[in-house]
Amino acid sequence: MKDKQDTRVVVGMSGGVDSSVAALLLKEQGYDVVGIFMKNWDDTDENGVCTATEDYDDVVRVCNQLDIPYFAVNFEKQYWDKVFTYFLDEYQAGRTPNPDVMCNKEIKFKAFLEHALSLGADYLATGHYAQVRENNGKYEMLRAVDDNKDQTYFLNQLTGDVLEKVMFPLGHMTKQEVREMAKEHDLVTAAKKDSTGICFIGERNFKEFISEYLPAQPGLMKTLDGVEKGRHEGLMYYTIGQRQGLGIGGSGEPWFVVGKNLDENVLYVGQGFHNDKLYSDALIASDVNWINHTPPQSFSCTAKFRYRQPDSDVTVTRMEDGNIHVAFHEAQRAITPGQAVVFYDGDVCLGGGTIDEVIKDENHLDYVG
Amino acid sequence: MERIYLDHAATTPMDPRVVEAMNPIMTNVFGNPSSVHAFGRKARQYLDGARRTMAKSIQADEKEIVFTSGGTEADNLAMIGTAFANRDKGNHIITTVQEHHAALHTAEYLEQQGFDVTYLSVDETGSVNVDELKEALTEETILVSVMYVNNETGVIQPIESIGHVLKDHQAYFHTDAVQAFGLMDIDVKKAGIDLLTASSHKINGPKGIAFLYGASHIKMNALQFGGEQERKRRPGTENVAGVVGFQAAVELAMELKAEKKQMYENFKEQFMKRLSHNGVTYDVNGVLDHTVASIVNISFPGTNVESLLTNFDLEGIAASSGSACTAGSVEPSHVLAAMYGENDERTTNSIRFSFGSFNTEENVMEAANRVAKIVKRLTE
Repeated sequence: MKDKQDTRVVVGMSGGVDSSVAALLLKEQGYDVVGIFMKNWDDTDENGVCTATEDYDDVVRVCNQLDIPYFAVNFEKQYWDKVFTYFLDEYQAGRTPNPDVMCNKEIKFKAFLEHALSLGADYLATGHYAQVRENNGKYEMLRAVDDNKDQTYFLNQLTGDVLEKVMFPLGHMTKQEVREMAKEHDLVTAAKKDSTGICFIGERNFKEFISEYLPAQPGLMKTLDGVEKGRHEGLMYYTIGQRQGLGIGGSGEPWFVVGKNLDENVLYVGQGFHNDKLYSDALIASDVNWINHTPPQSFSCTAKFRYRQPDSDVTVTRMEDGNIHVAFHEAQRAITPGQAVVFYDGDVCLGGGTIDEVIKDENHLDYVG
Repeated sequence: MERIYLDHAATTPMDPRVVEAMNPIMTNVFGNPSSVHAFGRKARQYLDGARRTMAKSIQADEKEIVFTSGGTEADNLAMIGTAFANRDKGNHIITTVQEHHAALHTAEYLEQQGFDVTYLSVDETGSVNVDELKEALTEETILVSVMYVNNETGVIQPIESIGHVLKDHQAYFHTDAVQAFGLMDIDVKKAGIDLLTASSHKINGPKGIAFLYGASHIKMNALQFGGEQERKRRPGTENVAGVVGFQAAVELAMELKAEKKQMYENFKEQFMKRLSHNGVTYDVNGVLDHTVASIVNISFPGTNVESLLTNFDLEGIAASSGSACTAGSVEPSHVLAAMYGENDERTTNSIRFSFGSFNTEENVMEAANRVAKIVKRLTE
């Protein structure tokens, strides 16, 4: 094991408080810390100022406060090819993609990791809320101590080989502690607002953004019994279980999206939050990744179907085609194709996959038909 | 790890003798050179003395020297100040595609103000073509601005030929000589130069001070308004300590010019020899024989600027590229793009190494070894 001062850690710095504190912690621990800003998306704000320039400026100021070198690297092309293209394809297929999962898999912990290693780094660190633990020569990923901030859901496509070279300095801290530490050290990003939503869309209107890239095809809204309930603006704007933006008036319980038919360009709607059609008892997932070792052919564990959701008990069965069947011990509401399903054994994240099909009573639901 | 500075074209360390010259001014000479009392006169004496040194260094008259805050301001003043003052004579300006942004963006500004601007091209040698200039000249041309030495490639431009072409033309000839001043013999009268920019911090002087030479016959407006300083061409209380430091740097440069030239040429040669010796594949951008002693621009096929510069810095080597890297966006070098085409990989894999007073033969060799190690690692 090298001395800390001879151990180079590249910190992926976004200009936010989390990665700032990650760099601060590593610096305090005595590592040879190098801050690197990643530019993945070219965008300007309403004043014509490049948003990345503003964030990079914060990286520069924090790194100067910490007295560590800082650089930038451009992955716009890789991001476009690997993340944004996937993002558009998924929407076009009527699904709800998770670009953060893809960005972690293809950019941050692949292209960026390779870049860090090419700079002589021993480790790559990020401000993610997750933990790495060595267990008999294997590198496992554990949930963050701050349950509310735990980001293992987005990191489910990482592997043990990658985790061996990764540090998550914030894994044992709460967000509040991170903020307080930033404030104590007077970091310029201490009070900076957390970024929200999908990184390349930022604060903008999602519909406006996506309509720049994909043509919207308005069509009919119907109940599953075929009663017309008005028009939709394009299937890609709607997610299973969504209530907002349907514009269906009248009496009774509110209306929700309960399905899509891509061929006929029809959006199915139904009444009531607990509408029967929103509930399912199993799913099929593809692009399955097991962080360390492939589990038994069938096993029980807990799972998350979306970020920040409490875990649910499931039984996972590996199928011959490499996909998995995930049976829920209790019916689940609004399982969304395109999102990730992530598995846990206690605090250990086992891996995850992409939700492809949703099943109820052994019938496939027309969530995306 | 010893850090080695090979970026003297960006800026240079101050010579200790320059610091020594400035110290008594900062300590004792605080007067305003415009004041009508002994304190002011003392400061004015230093200012006048420095102005004489500047003038002598380029064979000009001291009344033709205007002190400015830097090369950028001098370029702006030369171009904007003369363009508007001579608009009655014509509306056409000629410059080149490979100017420093201080001149290039000024030309673009003048274009927005209604001037017609012709941008001369540059070929693979890194030099502009005098015949192209002749063709571009019209009766309307009032200003020609061509840099003396390109700051990215170090290629020396045909300044005397251009001066000759313009001898009987109304157009003023401005040259940004920031990379030539101090290493090359400059005679503004002989070369037919009407306006010349020179900067202090490129020749081991302090930052924040430069001068614009403007021949006595030229008509030039001020860009800022205030007092009567610098014959009204550049109002504002003079930076006396800076001026004195600049003077010391110019005196040293004039005294040591030949010696330095030889030394830097040797550094350049040894540096490249060592790269070759270490088995590095590279190409020199522009014609090496036509470059200023201090600068060499080298393309490393199969690499990219971002990765090279980051690795160099982490290994203690300071160099730079003409590509502007801001917040992770690499804008390919406009100079290399002009020479080799927008999509040529030289625009994104080239590094400028510039030698100077920081260097010794030993640290240049050590730098070449480190550069070779990195380039080989990145291309293997």
